[in-house]
Amino acid sequence: MAKIQANRIPVRSQDPAERVKNFEEVSYGYNTEEAVLEAARCIQCKNPRCVAGCPVSIQIPQFIKAIVEGNMESAATIIAADSSLPAVCGRVCPQEVQCEGACIMGIKHEPISIGKLERYVADWAKENQFSTAEKVPSNGKKVAVVGSGPAGLACATDLARAGCDVTVFEALHKPGGVLVYGIPEFRLPKEDVVEYEIGQLQKMGVTIETNVVVGRTVTVDQLFEEGFHAVFIGSGAGLPKFLNIPGENLNGVVSANEFLTRSNLMAAYDPESETPIYVGRKVVVVGGGNVAMDAARTALRLGAEVVVAYRRTEKEMPARIEEVHHAKEEGVVFQLLTNPTAVLGNERGWVTGLQCVQMELGEPDESGRRRPVEIPDSTFDISCDVVIIALGTDSNPLIGRTTPGLEMNKYNGIVADENGVTSREGVFAGGDVVTGAATVILAMGAGRKAAKSILEFLKIGIL
Amino acid sequence: MYDILKKRFLAPDICLMEVLAPRIASSAKPGQFLIVRVSEVGERIPLTICDYNPLAGSVTIVTQQVGASSRRICALEEGDAFVDFAGPLGVPSAFIHEEDEALKQKKYLFIAGGLGTAPVYPQVKYLHEKGAHVEVIIGAKTKDLVIMEEEMRQVAKEVYVCTDDGSYGFKGLVTEKMKELLDAGHTYDQAVAIGPMIMMKFVTLSAKEYDLPLTVSLNTLMVDGTGMCGACRVTVGGQTKFACVDGPEFDAYQVNFDEAMRRQGMYKTQEADADHKCRIGLKNG
Repeated sequence: MAKIQANRIPVRSQDPAERVKNFEEVSYGYNTEEAVLEAARCIQCKNPRCVAGCPVSIQIPQFIKAIVEGNMESAATIIAADSSLPAVCGRVCPQEVQCEGACIMGIKHEPISIGKLERYVADWAKENQFSTAEKVPSNGKKVAVVGSGPAGLACATDLARAGCDVTVFEALHKPGGVLVYGIPEFRLPKEDVVEYEIGQLQKMGVTIETNVVVGRTVTVDQLFEEGFHAVFIGSGAGLPKFLNIPGENLNGVVSANEFLTRSNLMAAYDPESETPIYVGRKVVVVGGGNVAMDAARTALRLGAEVVVAYRRTEKEMPARIEEVHHAKEEGVVFQLLTNPTAVLGNERGWVTGLQCVQMELGEPDESGRRRPVEIPDSTFDISCDVVIIALGTDSNPLIGRTTPGLEMNKYNGIVADENGVTSREGVFAGGDVVTGAATVILAMGAGRKAAKSILEFLKIGIL
Repeated sequence: MYDILKKRFLAPDICLMEVLAPRIASSAKPGQFLIVRVSEVGERIPLTICDYNPLAGSVTIVTQQVGASSRRICALEEGDAFVDFAGPLGVPSAFIHEEDEALKQKKYLFIAGGLGTAPVYPQVKYLHEKGAHVEVIIGAKTKDLVIMEEEMRQVAKEVYVCTDDGSYGFKGLVTEKMKELLDAGHTYDQAVAIGPMIMMKFVTLSAKEYDLPLTVSLNTLMVDGTGMCGACRVTVGGQTKFACVDGPEFDAYQVNFDEAMRRQGMYKTQEADADHKCRIGLKNG
């Protein structure tokens, strides 16, 4: 047996000093040589824990073995069986708490870089024009998919593979949902990765109709009248939360959703774009998740000095470790155990600073994380001219409110079981609209499960 | 792509377009708006809906050339097309939920300022078809800028035109005409004001003196228009609301107009801020 290689093959990335001046992708990913070396570290467990750790159950040891053997077509085919967005997932999945977190190598050594290997295979397939996408004969069933984010795209893929006639309805002018409006170009290239993977779906015969706001342009009931046999709702969690503190409506306070939508969907960072964006000189981003990191690193690239204010410590931050690491490398300053209490402004109504209190960690709360507790008399101000609020998002209530008989929860989400079955016959739901804001891969997993339920509902054999 | 079927100028800088958008034409209701894009690099521009024809599949919009984006819209010709045309967005006017019998008994006063005449039209038309009594005050700077007077006369019991310079109709502001009507003993169950934010603020102050129930339609900044960004947030009754999904129509007496006007200027003052040097080469639209 070959000797165990304890450490990962490092991945090359753009120099931090250079990349803060551009929106090009930060991580270069593995080349073939590096990928084969990293893949060879995998000990090919008989009972692989990584597969159980993957929300879409990709046959990880198999595709890694194919890489070692140099059979990239086979690797791509194995991944495609379970994931419709490998180039996306290889880049944005929180692998450290999923496949890589479960990897047996991680107990004594560094886990296999499964995410980077997945990305390598997906990028190889694109470069070599290798595609498993094909249109299969129609089974005569029409399914409407509402929302073209990760849940909708994953659902549409499985339905199209089974021969359903699928139309995806997107409210915005570009398909992709959070992949397009939320995640920045430097982490997930839009044209090369997102558009390409959506193009694969279209090759399978899926129709995408943009500018359709389901609940307004057309209701779920009208979709059934149009002849759809089932409807999947994956409309996401798009409504930004605010702090509800004084001064939050001052000019210069924006939600991370607004800031990132301007920069990503509307490409405001590009001088060609007609959409404005305002960064000022100093930005404070409030929050500690991936969206906060994306907003902070975007503001940095637009020329601002950036502070992230988070009310717990780095350990409790929900962001991926890699994002925090990259943000630090690029010069984002982390002001931890800091809780904003008011946004300060001048007489013209523009932001001049953020008033905060110092926190300390107390007893664990229901999430298991230690609850931050205010330290008395610890108020202090951070001067800034822009405050970006990245506290998470709620579900959009529009579809629930305009679909009679569709049960909703108190957070305006749609109630669905783990198979995506809702209270309305023929209506299925999954992703953030059901769970509240989560990750790309969990939404994809939910989309796939719902697709299985839809095929059962339509009495179509599962492939 | 959404084809422009017809285009004509209503005033030197105000153009009306009929656009082929069958889904919106059959789902639009009074009080709603839509979002357009002119090109692949264009902004998402919120516009009011002026009329809709489900049979023809067409939607009518009216645009005034004030900035770069609205000039791009008005530069489009018949045969050209919008890249994107999304809607209808926002909550329809509250009166669409009222029974026809109830509406027949009601008297409405609309106060339309400038371009605000366009979104007033489908509301007046709807109420007229339901048998309500509707009067409309149309205000404009000068005679040339009075739009849709003839169309409005077809559906309103009375139309009062005001111009700031007295070049046509009543000389003075819409608030003065409104007060004149109310002082003369005219009574209304409900008033609706749509126009520039500053006009709506002063109509609200005046209407309050008469305890006249008043609705306003807020034209805030927006990006997506579907509740995602919060650029449109306004304080209504002490609470933050999103004009795009909670509005655009609100009870006028609950609206913080001063904040709303200040927030409208969020991206305008970027260049005016003398000491701010834009490091990424942004230009104001």
